[in-house]
Amino acid sequence: MDFSLTKQQQLFLQMIREFAEKEVKPLAAEIDEQERFPMETVEKMAKIGIMGIPVPTQYGGAGGSNLMYSIAVEELSAACATTGVVVSAHTSLCVAPILEHGTEEQKQKYLPKLATGEWIGAFGLTEPNAGTDASAQQTTAVLDGDNYIINGSKIFITNAEYAHVYIVFAMTDKSQGVKGITAFIIEKGTPGFTFGKKEKKLGIRGSATSELIFENCVIPKENLLGKVGGGFGIAMKTLDGGRVGIAAQALGIAQGAMNETVKYIKERKQFGKPLSAFQNTQFQLADLQTRVVAARLLVRQAAYKKDQGVNYSADAAMAKLYAAETAMEVTNKAIQFHGGYGYTREYPVERMLRDAKITEIYEGTSEVQRMVISAALLK
Amino acid sequence: MKIVVCIKQVPDTTEIKINPTTGTLIRDGVPSIINPDDKAGLELALTLKDQFNAHITVITMGPAQADAVLREAFAMGVDRAIHLTDRKFAGADTLATSHALAGALRKLEFDLLVTGRQAIDGDTAQVGPQIAEHLDLPQVSYLEHLEYDGNKTFTIKRATEDGYEMLEVDGPCVVTVLSGAYKPRYMNVRGIVEAYSREVEMWGFEQIEVDEKRLGLKGSPTRVHKAFSRGVKAAGELYEVDTNEAVGIIMSKLKEKFII
Repeated sequence: MDFSLTKQQQLFLQMIREFAEKEVKPLAAEIDEQERFPMETVEKMAKIGIMGIPVPTQYGGAGGSNLMYSIAVEELSAACATTGVVVSAHTSLCVAPILEHGTEEQKQKYLPKLATGEWIGAFGLTEPNAGTDASAQQTTAVLDGDNYIINGSKIFITNAEYAHVYIVFAMTDKSQGVKGITAFIIEKGTPGFTFGKKEKKLGIRGSATSELIFENCVIPKENLLGKVGGGFGIAMKTLDGGRVGIAAQALGIAQGAMNETVKYIKERKQFGKPLSAFQNTQFQLADLQTRVVAARLLVRQAAYKKDQGVNYSADAAMAKLYAAETAMEVTNKAIQFHGGYGYTREYPVERMLRDAKITEIYEGTSEVQRMVISAALLK
Repeated sequence: MKIVVCIKQVPDTTEIKINPTTGTLIRDGVPSIINPDDKAGLELALTLKDQFNAHITVITMGPAQADAVLREAFAMGVDRAIHLTDRKFAGADTLATSHALAGALRKLEFDLLVTGRQAIDGDTAQVGPQIAEHLDLPQVSYLEHLEYDGNKTFTIKRATEDGYEMLEVDGPCVVTVLSGAYKPRYMNVRGIVEAYSREVEMWGFEQIEVDEKRLGLKGSPTRVHKAFSRGVKAAGELYEVDTNEAVGIIMSKLKEKFII
């Protein structure tokens, strides 16, 4: 057993940390304030291969591992959680299902453009009346000759109008319940496919989140992903992978808040000594650091298991549950350590608290993660 | 077009702290990096690769751990890497180092040999020019910018203390590059994934053309007389004022010191 990163992974960490520090961190406050999608950062990431880390080289990717990908999302998110989720939603929720469930033609058609970042990917499962109960899908897909006609809407879609390719779930047979859900690949610009309102959010405000609307949207039969009626399985498997990404994002936010806190408490003096000299500070900091390191072990274990090709569903759920709750606790306490300054936008910790909250909600709430974990335990 | 770039692994001196009682450097836990001037040289070579499809060989001399800088160079896009290492090279000063490197370079073909101006752990700026002398090649030090005509001539902007010179030189030649001249690109992910499965050629004394007496400690005439840390400058004066007031204060201080 070996807990250390390989030399290759260390080299990757060196690169991504420098990239995050120099290219991502300086924009974090600005894109939050302006609620602006960081397109310039996506272009920089695309250039060096960050948009296709776990994609085989034959499809234009970097041929890296999921562990490497989780390190990328962690490091990007430590600087800017918005940037972390752009990569995570793209990679885990769009690239991965095409790679894992697509036909060779679909892989050839979509993966090279996605892996090189020429195109951005997105995923549409959630509907106004189908959140945690994903089986209550109301979007429909009706076969008409060689085409499917899609009607319905999807909400809270990350990367939204900035994406080019969307994995969308729709009912092909309502009478079959979850077995009547089918996955489709839909391209931006398809007639009948438009965008609804853009959400105004508490955190990850640079990330674009919008509604997808399908009104008699006609797509060719070849865009069916997997099998007819196999959509629910694809969605659940995809979300297992997505949870590794979001767990890494939460971990990154927690680490980012730790970095800011350690720096601040060494500098800030009260009663004639730095805050770091007070034992109350030291004890709280020790507890937070222990949680962050524990979260990292869970995240890396889940990513490692995915790389090994073994079942990692419960591992991903535990990683996401624990990392998300750690991110909330660390960012909340980070503000407390910063006092009044931490509550202002002069310091990044208030943004980090706002960004952390979503990690307890999207790609399965913490309650859903507990369902997944106990279901694996009690089966 | 063939380019050889010499790089050195150095401790990241921005991370080094000084032991306040002994005045010596605390090197423990300090990360090792590609020397910044050399990394700019690497970027110059990669830029020429982008433009002219140049073939880049990177060479480093150093102990086993120096392998890391060659892997990083692979991940940035170089084609071939040579690790020059041998016990006979140990303890080398700049002269013995340049003899060893020149001995290796005699075995390589190139149109352009790139080195950094100087290494941040020694700051001598001697190795590049010494290599050029050993190989009897024209050299341009303190390179700020280079243009290649695609045939054999380089047009080089060279920094001097009070300005710059524009020079034309035909290859093969040696240039020493300033760290600010070219902003190094990031390693790319695929390059990183493949970096450790590519071959680094290990060269020792047997592989190079050089007189053994010129190598290592024996070949090093330099003796360190004394090492000391530079005195700390005064802390300066700190003002927290608005821009207008700040400009006024700066102007009056400059006048006070007769600078303006």
